[in-house]
Amino acid sequence: MVIGQRVKRLEDYPLLTGRGGFAADQSRTGQLHARFVRSQVAHGRISGIETDQARARPGVVAVLTAADLPPSFPKIAPRQVGFDEMVPYLQSVLACDRVRYVGEPIAVVIATDAYEAEDAAEDVFVHIEELTVVVDPRVEPSAWDDLGHDTEVMLINEAYGEVDEAFSTAECVVELELSVGRHSGVPMETRGTLAWTDPMTGTLHVGGAAKVPHYNRNALASMLGLDRDRVQLHEIHVGGGFGIRGELYPEDVVVAWAALRLGRPVKWIEDRQEHLIAANHSRDQVHVIKAAVGLDGVIHAIDDEFWQDQGAYVRTHGATVPTLTATLLPGPYRVPAYRVRGHIRLTNKTPAGTYRAPGRYEGSFVRERLVDVIAERLDLDPAEVRRRNLIGHEEMPYLRPMSVLGSKIEYDSGQYVRMLDRVLDHVDYPTLRADVAQRRADGEHVGFGFGFFVEKSGLGPYEGVRASVDPDGALRIVTGAASVGQGVETTIAQIASEVLGIDYASIRVSHGQTDELPYGFGAFASRVTVMTGSATHLAATEIREKALEIAAQMLEASPEDLELVDGRISVRGTPARSLTLGQVAADLDPSGARRHGTTPSLSAESWFHTDHMTYPYGLHFAVVHLDPETGHVAFERYVIAYDVGRAINPTLIEGQIVGGLAQGLGGALYEQFVYDDLAQPQATSFIDYLMPTLMEMPEVEVLLSEDAPSPLNPLGVKGAGEGGTTGAGAAIAGAISDALGSAEIIHSIPVAPATIWATLNDA
Amino acid sequence: MKPASFDYVSASSIDQAVSVLSELGDEAKVIAGGQSLVAMMNFRLARPATLVDINRVPGLDVIDVGADSVAVGALVRHRRLELGGEVPGPLGDLLAEAGHHVGHLPIRTRGTFCGSIAHADPASEWCVLAALLDARMEATSTRGTRLIPAEEFFVTVFTTALEPDEILTAVHLPLLSENHHVGFAEFSRRAGDFAIVMAMTAIEVADGRITDARVALGGVAAQPTRSSAAEAVLVGRAPGAETFADAASAAAENVTPHGDVHGPAEYRVDLVRAMVRRSLTRALGEG
Ligand SMILES: Cc1cc2nc3c(=O)[nH]c(=O)nc-3n(C[C@H](O)[C@H](O)[C@H](O)COP(=O)(O)OP(=O)(O)OC[C@H]3O[C@@H](n4cnc5c(N)ncnc54)[C@H](O)[C@@H]3O)c2cc1C
Repeated sequence: MVIGQRVKRLEDYPLLTGRGGFAADQSRTGQLHARFVRSQVAHGRISGIETDQARARPGVVAVLTAADLPPSFPKIAPRQVGFDEMVPYLQSVLACDRVRYVGEPIAVVIATDAYEAEDAAEDVFVHIEELTVVVDPRVEPSAWDDLGHDTEVMLINEAYGEVDEAFSTAECVVELELSVGRHSGVPMETRGTLAWTDPMTGTLHVGGAAKVPHYNRNALASMLGLDRDRVQLHEIHVGGGFGIRGELYPEDVVVAWAALRLGRPVKWIEDRQEHLIAANHSRDQVHVIKAAVGLDGVIHAIDDEFWQDQGAYVRTHGATVPTLTATLLPGPYRVPAYRVRGHIRLTNKTPAGTYRAPGRYEGSFVRERLVDVIAERLDLDPAEVRRRNLIGHEEMPYLRPMSVLGSKIEYDSGQYVRMLDRVLDHVDYPTLRADVAQRRADGEHVGFGFGFFVEKSGLGPYEGVRASVDPDGALRIVTGAASVGQGVETTIAQIASEVLGIDYASIRVSHGQTDELPYGFGAFASRVTVMTGSATHLAATEIREKALEIAAQMLEASPEDLELVDGRISVRGTPARSLTLGQVAADLDPSGARRHGTTPSLSAESWFHTDHMTYPYGLHFAVVHLDPETGHVAFERYVIAYDVGRAINPTLIEGQIVGGLAQGLGGALYEQFVYDDLAQPQATSFIDYLMPTLMEMPEVEVLLSEDAPSPLNPLGVKGAGEGGTTGAGAAIAGAISDALGSAEIIHSIPVAPATIWATLNDA
Repeated sequence: MKPASFDYVSASSIDQAVSVLSELGDEAKVIAGGQSLVAMMNFRLARPATLVDINRVPGLDVIDVGADSVAVGALVRHRRLELGGEVPGPLGDLLAEAGHHVGHLPIRTRGTFCGSIAHADPASEWCVLAALLDARMEATSTRGTRLIPAEEFFVTVFTTALEPDEILTAVHLPLLSENHHVGFAEFSRRAGDFAIVMAMTAIEVADGRITDARVALGGVAAQPTRSSAAEAVLVGRAPGAETFADAASAAAENVTPHGDVHGPAEYRVDLVRAMVRRSLTRALGEG
């Protein structure tokens, strides 16, 4: 049994011994370096771009602007959840006549080294007539362009059940305004790309791809007017993805285009300042939410209206984040009637996209704060109110009559109440409550908070692998999915090893290479273990069957009498009569295969298809202590329970959960892209954009469970990539609010120490 | 985030370093640990035409302990003071305690004590310590060597009384007798950040009374500052919770900080109160 074991990561040896290869580690002979000239004003009309002085600098090979692009060069289109309404709001790869956020690429300088390129970029002078800016997504929509489009891209509407009736008969109505700040995934590795054409074939190669190499290959080919097989993307090591890294951005397209145009390799490595203003921002929603509740705390309906600050353009994620927010907001609770209106609004800020637990981090914050306030107003225990509303095990699969990302929302399995009880037992809730109450009576500021949530994972529609056993017995697996560092190779190897009895550490897994497998979806939506894992299980099973069948012929035995143990097939009871998988593979060269009456090679290509997502779920529980003089938040406990159906490698999952919490905690307490009234970004370096470090992290108690395997795939697995983040904003804000004396105090995150100080000192 | 181009001189002696500086004036900048300067160059906020690297100058990495003072040389790294063992008495303890709060370990192993003083961030631990103890800065140039007292040295944020051709070769700190009690407290959003507010105290106690009191604050003004108001409250009184609270209030009532992204001015005022009280409490216990 290797599934379920805490085996070591196959990925670690190169990474821990300095042999990793990241985007900036690549180089090619004769390469040039790109530096983008970016807008320094948030909104304006470009009246002229002077490039002469820059061109005249030493080492400068080209300075390119929108005017150099081929006519009607396409804009970057949504990869998912795109709508026709979005077309006018898409971003050009280089700004043409208007700029709409600080950081928007206007020109690119290409020079023989990165220093010269940066020097020359300072000598490109862009004349911009400034226009008024929009900073607040909630003001009345205003004109966005000269063609009659305004700043509301679209309105998302979802509803089911009798909402109005529930409110008109409600015993209690709770209404709150809640907001989640603007923050995003900030991977340790910034974006970076190296594009070159192979002089022998004319093929354009792009190294440093991540997340969705196949989609990006197709999009690049189509934008550049090339055949798909003339564009190949290569994923190498990825220093963090988190939803934002690996999407197709303007810079990726410009660099590829420049390499084609100049006939030389072009490399671009984003610096941190650029990253913080140019890569996707995320979150940034304001909700006005209302619940119709019985005096017993049972929620009869929720009515929510929210505003998503999308920034200046619609990017590759289209309406993914607001759609996920809208449809998954009810989370683990029954909520028999629900209505939501989500406004996607443009402002003069960096465009936004998905970030680990997109829509669920925001929605969980909103929902869990709402539940806390319901409990307080009705004088009920917050855990009890949750219990009364949780969907029961016997109600599974539970259909929420809406759909998202093209699949209907049907929670596949779950034992929510059991999880709540497990956490309450783990922390000895009655004692903890009494203890907190006593300490509060003694003047301390302590409190606890819950963040119960349902995640979604394993987004289809398909993923495949090609698996083959070499004549020397080595198993190689190729998948079109990608890795952002989460342990794909290890997990996939464990699954294959389980079926074939080959040492997992000898299995080689390749991913993210567009020239190895024509189709691949990528690494997002906690989907790889579910999708590629299931495809691997299918392929390994097929190989196993074929091996047993051929071995039976070779050993002159019947397949039923054979067993496969440690990569060796033997006749049960007669271990001397045996063959290795390699020997079987060797006998399946084309001549051997003909003899055996089968197809050559011990290999299989399998595709796992699904129309449904799986729904893992979890609960964050935080206990905090506040310093009334400084506003500092100290964690006394942090518990995360998470159910993934089946844990392939618990250590890897715990790593995902704890790492995910660091990001959720960042959004709850530290990270924020602040803008001033002129839409100038104020957090453009790590001096002002505060990432939590190890020192800010609590000790996390992870309670991993396998109560609810997914019925939707052969392994029963659900994704594990996001649950560490999802409930953090909710639990931390809830705990702080509680410690401040009431559930009704904290309405927005991140919570700054000055806010806590102000609350405690005005009181 | 790559620096603009610059020339680089690696000095092998102080004489060579100061003669390059005297020749180039404010076109040149000394680089010591580079932990502030290189970041500013990468942001292109600093664009020195020439860097004069003093890291290979012999004799600057000394901690020279005299009878009643100690000279910290220009190449003494934060980490060495944090690890302690060289500077005796309460001063050594204070250097170790405050040193631990300077940035993160890699920064401390490279950045220098004198570099911090020359950089003059008003929230720097070492600048506050220099103000607390009336340190004297030893400035060397082709014109000779002079000693600048702390109150003249820190002009404003990132600005000192050093002339462009001068190198800060050492900082002289008075040793503190065993009758002194030192305390330190700071508040920052995250471990390793520059403090929002910092307080440092050195209190001399004899026969149950405070006979000498020094209280210095960081993060409340354009320079590290002494709180004469708090000091006045302390001298002559018995150490204890009430005394400390009074001194802390006096300190808070006499600062006029600005509000910023971290919070309004009143927040800093309250932080001053808390940090002064905590640093005194740490220095002397509850009394
Ligand atoms: C992430 C981060 C966090 C930090 N946190 C803190 C903190 O909490 N507290 C704190 O105090 N500091 C902090 N620092 C700054 C750090 O302590 C620096 O090491 C210090 O400010 C400068 O020392 P240096 O030797 O690195 O000087 P450099 O960076 O080499 O130089 C800084 C300036 O001083 C001048 N200079 C340096 N040495 C001399 C000299 N001998 N004579 C004349 N001029 C000289 C240089 O010309 C330059 O203008 C932090 C730095 C970073 C990057």
